[in-house]
Amino acid sequence: MMRVVRGFYSVAYSVKLCKPNVICAYPITPQTEIVERLAEMYANGELENCEYVTAESEFGAASILVGASAAGARTFTATCSQGLILMSEVLWNAAGMRLPIVLVNTNRSLSAPLSIWNDHQDSMAMRDAGIIQVYVENNQEVHDMIPQAFKIAEDRRVMLPFMVCMDGYKLTHAYEPVDLLSQELVDSFLPPYDPPIKLTTKNPLTFGSYATPDYYMEFRVAMHNAMERARRVMEEVFREWAEVSGRDWGGHITNSQEAETYVIAMGSLVGLVRDVVEELRKDGKSVGLIKLRTFRPFPAKELRKALKDANKVIIFERSLSLGSEPPVTLDVKSAIQKMDVDVYSLVVGLGGRDVPREVVKRNIEDVLDGKTEPGLHFEAKQFEEVIV
Amino acid sequence: MKAFGSGHGACPGCGLPIAVKNVLESVAPCFVVNSTGCLEIISSQYGKSAWGVPYIHSLFENAAAVAAGIEVALKALGRTDEGPIVVFAGDGATADIGIGMLSGMFDRRHNVLYVCLDNEAYQNTGNQQSGLTPTGCYTTTTPSGKMLPGKLGPKKDMVAIALAHKVPYVATASVAFPRDIRRKAKRALDFDGPKYLQIHSPCVTGWGIEGRQAIPIARLAVETGLYPILEYEYGKLVRVRKIKQRKPVEEYLKLQKRYRHLLKHPRGYEIMEELQRIADENAMKFGLDV
Amino acid sequence: MIRITLGAVSKPLESLKIKTGDWGAEYPVIDEEKCIGCGECEIFCPDLCIELVERPESKKEESKKAKKVAKINYNYCKGCGICEVVCPAEAIKMELKEIYKGELK
Ligand SMILES: Cc1ncc(C[n+]2csc(CCOP(=O)(O)OP(=O)(O)O)c2C)c(N)n1
Ligand code: SF4
Ligand code: SF4
Ligand SMILES: [Mg+2]
Repeated sequence: MMRVVRGFYSVAYSVKLCKPNVICAYPITPQTEIVERLAEMYANGELENCEYVTAESEFGAASILVGASAAGARTFTATCSQGLILMSEVLWNAAGMRLPIVLVNTNRSLSAPLSIWNDHQDSMAMRDAGIIQVYVENNQEVHDMIPQAFKIAEDRRVMLPFMVCMDGYKLTHAYEPVDLLSQELVDSFLPPYDPPIKLTTKNPLTFGSYATPDYYMEFRVAMHNAMERARRVMEEVFREWAEVSGRDWGGHITNSQEAETYVIAMGSLVGLVRDVVEELRKDGKSVGLIKLRTFRPFPAKELRKALKDANKVIIFERSLSLGSEPPVTLDVKSAIQKMDVDVYSLVVGLGGRDVPREVVKRNIEDVLDGKTEPGLHFEAKQFEEVIV
Repeated sequence: MKAFGSGHGACPGCGLPIAVKNVLESVAPCFVVNSTGCLEIISSQYGKSAWGVPYIHSLFENAAAVAAGIEVALKALGRTDEGPIVVFAGDGATADIGIGMLSGMFDRRHNVLYVCLDNEAYQNTGNQQSGLTPTGCYTTTTPSGKMLPGKLGPKKDMVAIALAHKVPYVATASVAFPRDIRRKAKRALDFDGPKYLQIHSPCVTGWGIEGRQAIPIARLAVETGLYPILEYEYGKLVRVRKIKQRKPVEEYLKLQKRYRHLLKHPRGYEIMEELQRIADENAMKFGLDV
Repeated sequence: MIRITLGAVSKPLESLKIKTGDWGAEYPVIDEEKCIGCGECEIFCPDLCIELVERPESKKEESKKAKKVAKINYNYCKGCGICEVVCPAEAIKMELKEIYKGELK
């Protein structure tokens, strides 16, 4: 059913179709409308076998989902920015307890200075928590990703939290035509959650044991292995989704063009970069787009394959690792360390700074024309820092 | 199956297992949520769990929220008949770091019995002060010295905080009176919504006492009026443990290393007077004296 | 090769395999003659190692006091002495374990 809807509705509607048992969140711009829509659905009795809980903080929201998920419920939350960071202690814990909580992060920058606008610093800060991270390009993709997220997270080979990252405002508040899924389709794709273990008085297990040095390491390695297995599971689920929905979003990365220079982009920037790349190709430039969908587990093998004949790769970074190189750049470099490819890390659009077409184009052209040196560059104004 | 078993790692004479086993005696089979702290560490080592009921430990500060999550999940899944949900949380977890989430749980009226195991400091990390550490008490972060006579300021009134949330059942108890713990845990389950039970529980290392003294000392805390044993239903004080011959607080204080500095410290006398005043006030306010 | 569980979940009551009975220097001895079978020690013991059991038939006669008598599981007793203190009949006495006797001179 094609409808023009805003991003938050496309999320809320998809979540509803996945029949979660417990939804719990705390409002934060620009996620708020997602939970407001879900609260409305709950108030109107549209969510069956579901409890919607208003938490007193994101920390509480995530903690409520830890209890709910451990008790065997399918769980959902949405947050971003300060909220995500506030949740972080709980999310690390949930991942370690192997609880397949699904969350939507409406990417927003981090304070200070306070900013409600979009970049990827929040989700990137959760990089090592043991949470699967996928970045979506538009509101159809986020709508489609949510059932897949539940299916992947709840797969017994995986059992890890799943974070769907959508750009705050750029997607959450954008009106876009979205083909809203039907309940039948989602029901046939996503079986009810059947946890392998749960808190029940019928089988009294102890969750959240602490591990001595004799065991701790193996539990963490087991999480790493689960992430590794998730690669395959995700590919299966992505393919299955393409079949049942008729929409093929590709694999961990998507790239179709052959080129000497590739541009890596994530999230809502992908559309613009795709347009610019098309235009440059029409002008005979050997440039191609790589859309990075999955960030954790990191698709190193896929990138190596995509870049095997390339000599330059440009990464549009929406995040920083202060004192080092930005997170995507580090992973790309590590993936292609034995390949002879120059890496150009271009940091753009922090704190919601607009990334106009000319900026994307100029940055790519400068690399193509050899005007930019490999390494880290900021698309920022010239400035001088003074005390006051 | 026993709800809580032997082989746990509590120090000999620790009050925590006494509180826990007597609560469980009345409420098991149930779900247990435990905050990080001594009880968790002594009972939930991987592969050596002392729990015979479904148990979850998540973090230090979020037991109330985790319990709330279990409650709503059981509701959504139609499994509310599986048993009540009980939190065991330390005084630090309750009165300090987790108070926001406890407030949220109270506020949302979750059907959870929240038991605060009050050993009056962060004992798991080696006796640092908490909001429930009493006035004048030595802890490693409120040591006595030239500037400090131990902890300054009063013990946080969690009972009043629970009552302010209109928690329908609020009570205090002591491991010195296990039958009272059993009765209160059972009574608590008669109430819909949140329930708060705070149990005074000696810590042999933190208080500087011998295991064998734990119970007499806990009893003295009650008999001096320093730890009033109260029971509120729907905000009304329905019962208190009466004291026949109230003892001077000094009798209680002098038995414990954590107060011994008061006998020598220049401000010690003043603090002891303050503690006596608190005990007298409790006796007045709650009608403790027979 | 070790086995680990999903998310470090543990099975119930595996603590029972840890015998804490060797922790303490002392151990309680129950004078069955004096024991009135009230269960105070059982209710207090932090290590859940006291049980009230039927008094052996043969002895029921001599002690007219109670049908039940406290019995201690020394596998777990940490020797804290709480049972001795709370016993209203003074039927429990802590004794030093043999192995500690020499050292204390
Ligand atoms: C966020 C966080 N801060 C600090 C700690 C360290 N810590 C663990 S338990 C504890 C104190 C527990 O005190 P309390 O809640 O009173 O329980 P007790 O051990 O005294 O029974 C502290 C400070 C932690 N685990 N998590
Ligand atoms: S340190 Fe204190 S509270 Fe912790 S187990 Fe020992 S006696 Fe109990
Ligand atoms: S000495 Fe302590 S642990 Fe041993 S039986 Fe008596 S109360 Fe229990
Ligand atoms: Mg404490």
